[in-house]
Amino acid sequence: MSVKKFMYINRKAPYGTVYALESLEVVLIGAAFDQDVSLAFIGDGVYQLTKGQNTEAIGQKNFSPTYSALGDYDVNKIYVEKESLEERGLTLDDLQHLVWEDEDDDWAEKDSIRLVSRAELADVIADQDILLNF
Amino acid sequence: MALLHTVNKSPFESKCFDTCIGLAKEGSTVLLIEDGVYAATTGTSAADKIKNASGISFAVLGPDLQARGLEGKLADGIKVVDYEGFVTLAAEHDSVQSWL
Amino acid sequence: MKFSIQINEGPYQHQASDTAYQFAKAAIAAGHEIFRVFFYHDGVNNATRLAVPPQDDRNISAQWTALAKENDLDMVVCIAAEQRRGLMDADEAKRQGLDADNIAEGFRISGLGQLIEAGIESDRLVVFGD
Repeated sequence: MSVKKFMYINRKAPYGTVYALESLEVVLIGAAFDQDVSLAFIGDGVYQLTKGQNTEAIGQKNFSPTYSALGDYDVNKIYVEKESLEERGLTLDDLQHLVWEDEDDDWAEKDSIRLVSRAELADVIADQDILLNF
Repeated sequence: MALLHTVNKSPFESKCFDTCIGLAKEGSTVLLIEDGVYAATTGTSAADKIKNASGISFAVLGPDLQARGLEGKLADGIKVVDYEGFVTLAAEHDSVQSWL
Repeated sequence: MKFSIQINEGPYQHQASDTAYQFAKAAIAAGHEIFRVFFYHDGVNNATRLAVPPQDDRNISAQWTALAKENDLDMVVCIAAEQRRGLMDADEAKRQGLDADNIAEGFRISGLGQLIEAGIESDRLVVFGD
């Protein structure tokens, strides 16, 4: 099977619509196909990664802990657009600290989130073979 | 690689169009479809943004323009294509990015 | 060229399914192959066999069924999305202990892996949604 560059583009906030949850479900299933996977969080998509989500009172499942498992699924290229964070008054500190263990580096723990500018992200997007949007 | 970008929402209702313009690289094409065709109309800030987006080609899906009665209001420099043209654009570019 | 199509929205609510249908027809007319049409999120509702839209308007589910039959299309309804939204074929209904099924002809239920495979095997994946 050929290896293609798959990017999952997330631009919607969680809970108000189903896209964040069901997009994550594709990522988890897709991990089994050994493709070159990355995720991009743009616009309101950055809200998917914020810490401290508590969904009890709205009666929905809190699926935010799932993001921290992505590293175990070899999904470790998570692009977050800097301008999107800034527009929303957020910094990296407001987001979950997502990590992965690099088996080629003695299982050293590394950051999965790559904070990139809009211009840098445009280059990454232009390089993808398959762009999944939800 | 040269991407085909599609935008399907009105630029007045949603940020899709702005986000697309901000992330589309020179050499790519932006195809306005469904409610996205409103961005192709004259006298709008969207039309100005299209004029100023150097290096990016713009196209609009004719059937969606017609459906909305906008044929007489098409801004300059935007190519009208039909569904066959949409398919051709998708084939001619390396990949398709749908800004939903 | 091999195209695959992903449809994220249900019939009538959004134009996504209509645009995807016109795109698929045009691609076939131009001699391209449609590897798979994958229905996700509310897109699974395109697979209902119980829709009775007004006579003077298009029947979206029936259009997809007809296009698939004429062109031997592979139309896949995502199992996770359909379980949430209640689109069942006879096997799935039986498995779930339900007394009815409601999937139209030409649609088959399968997993998200089919979407990934479509991306891998096709030359282009085009997504229609909101």
